[in-house]
Amino acid sequence: MSEPLLSVEDLHVRFNTEGGVVHAVDGVSFDLARGEILAVVGESGCGKSVTAQTIMGLTRTTNAEHEGSVRFRDRELLTAPNSELRKVRGAEIAMIFQDPMTSLNPVHRIGDQIVEQILAHEELPEPEARKRAVELLDRVGIPQARERMRSYPHEFSGGMRQRVMIAMALSCGPEVLIADEPTTALDVTIQAQILERIRELRETEDAGVILVTHDLGVVADIADRILVMYAGRIVEQGTLDEIFYDPQHPYTWGLLGSITRIDRERPERLPAIAGLPPSLADRPEGCHFRPRCPHEFDKCPEKPPLEPRGGAAGHCDRCWLSPEEKRAKRMVQGQIGLGSKGAVA
Amino acid sequence: MSSREGSDPLIRVEHLKHHFPIKSGLLFDRTVDRIHAVDDVTFELREGETLGLVGESGCGKTTLVRAIMRLVEPTEGTIRFGGRDISHASQRELRPLRRQMQMVFQDPYASLNPRKRVDQIVASPMRLHGEGEDAASRVRELLDRVGLSAEHANRYPHEFSGGQRQRIGVARALALEPKLILLDEPVSALDVSVQAQIINLLDDLQEEFGLTYLFVAHDLSVVRHVSDRIAVMYLGKIVELAAAEELYVKPIMPYTAALLAAIPIPDPKENRERERIVLEGEPPNPIDPPSGCPFHPRCPRATEICTRVEPPLTEYANGHLAACHHPLNVSDDEIAAARKSPASPLSSGDELPQPA
Repeated sequence: MSEPLLSVEDLHVRFNTEGGVVHAVDGVSFDLARGEILAVVGESGCGKSVTAQTIMGLTRTTNAEHEGSVRFRDRELLTAPNSELRKVRGAEIAMIFQDPMTSLNPVHRIGDQIVEQILAHEELPEPEARKRAVELLDRVGIPQARERMRSYPHEFSGGMRQRVMIAMALSCGPEVLIADEPTTALDVTIQAQILERIRELRETEDAGVILVTHDLGVVADIADRILVMYAGRIVEQGTLDEIFYDPQHPYTWGLLGSITRIDRERPERLPAIAGLPPSLADRPEGCHFRPRCPHEFDKCPEKPPLEPRGGAAGHCDRCWLSPEEKRAKRMVQGQIGLGSKGAVA
Repeated sequence: MSSREGSDPLIRVEHLKHHFPIKSGLLFDRTVDRIHAVDDVTFELREGETLGLVGESGCGKTTLVRAIMRLVEPTEGTIRFGGRDISHASQRELRPLRRQMQMVFQDPYASLNPRKRVDQIVASPMRLHGEGEDAASRVRELLDRVGLSAEHANRYPHEFSGGQRQRIGVARALALEPKLILLDEPVSALDVSVQAQIINLLDDLQEEFGLTYLFVAHDLSVVRHVSDRIAVMYLGKIVELAAAEELYVKPIMPYTAALLAAIPIPDPKENRERERIVLEGEPPNPIDPPSGCPFHPRCPRATEICTRVEPPLTEYANGHLAACHHPLNVSDDEIAAARKSPASPLSSGDELPQPA
């Protein structure tokens, strides 16, 4: 692999709260290459959004502590002053948020918001910036872009607003796009359109994309590589095919097992992962997934390192079970699944 | 998940319309336009079955649910509950009926009062119907039944995760032992692994208490696991209705086929090989619905007749209803044997699909 575009190393994010120290991100490391779509997957509260936001410097609150490093090309972002970060944000690294309803300013026209973003980063005469904004809206599939520049956000549907967000994110030709649950609030037909745009961006701009999502269907559709996060840590990472066809961590089995598939016979009961993720202020010792894992054994109270355990070098996981045991245990009724505690269902 | 055929339907909705007026004017509001939220819908809900109701946002599915609950009064058409016409029943008449129909809402964060304890929330339907005395033991029983413990009764909603909150919502819906529960996107806001827990719970409760469900969802992946039959809505109308399994292998209306195709399959290899229909555009404005078939501006199979004549709901084999001039997945024989269903909108034409 060539020089990574973005490199996160041993990132820790802690928030001091009344309920104790919330260790939201606990030693996360990964690289993002040009033209790569990296999916970060996990349940709510696993630290995936905080990781994404920290790259952009959006978690710099008074109660937050950061440790580690976020390098973008040759610059360190984690400790960069806000003034410098402001130049990177939006121009070189852009972000799309989950909720297109609240991430646009309701009292400004769509066009003005895009133009403002362009002018904040580039010295252009305003008519030039307007022209570019129209082109961008056109490119993301907003019909009658020139007229629509004068619309307000409330006149747009959810899918159109998300497309405006993408247009804004593209406005300065970013090298990294961070998309935090970009399609969660949208209908499936619109989701397919938005994913198509993200794929296009990777192809035309050769940008690296970090896609944060909890939907493994979306991941299977678009990602090259996957990080699976649980309770602040990466528990497994690998290529799309490695994660889907040779998953190593029981949590990944559970995630894969609990998705509904419309192309298969319907099962009597949906396999679920019993229990809840731990509170990030009070996580169990050792493997964090231990209390929910039916395959727990006496080694689990010790923290498992993230390392390759057989197979390709890039395919790492945090589980003490041997690869042979994993292969045997992950098959539940002929499919990958977590199984249940006690009796085999 | 069993449906009992032959008995009287629990709910019967006939040619139901609900239009929201759009008002404008300086001194006197006058109605300048109408949003056709529910536009001539006919279906029935049999006792003990689960009917899935699917459609994109803005297709009118929530308005339909609200009309059945009589939270809004329908503009036209009738709603019968257990044979009794409740379309224009007064609040006083509705009160005893309301205990037989309960609702679970989409957003587990907004649908529980943050200032009330869990026991107060779950007991409130009982209190409202004047049986608050022995509520405490009943609350414990209900919490236990939905997978929470008695010690949770004294806590506040913010102490719970989304999935647990939805369990509280389900316990509240069960409090009055209703016959019917209207579930408005009960799992859309939850994580995948938690969705499965809630769906399994709903399944168990249905079996135990013989409940009837109307399960609303915005995509077809989740409803499949709970539904006996599924209705697909588009722009205020039911465009397809079939037994759950049949709908997935044999969608007749191109819109249903597109909805199915849009769901990504969580299997990279199959996904790469699959042919995808990416539906262009968005649902049209319900203030000014297109003429003819509401789906024709986005439909890859649309022809001249689709722009002109609204297709009737056509009944194919197995009671499979679909409103389309150019049906998919049906043989010429099946088309020849098809007939116009009495559930068709009154404004639809008489032209049935023709064999090719």
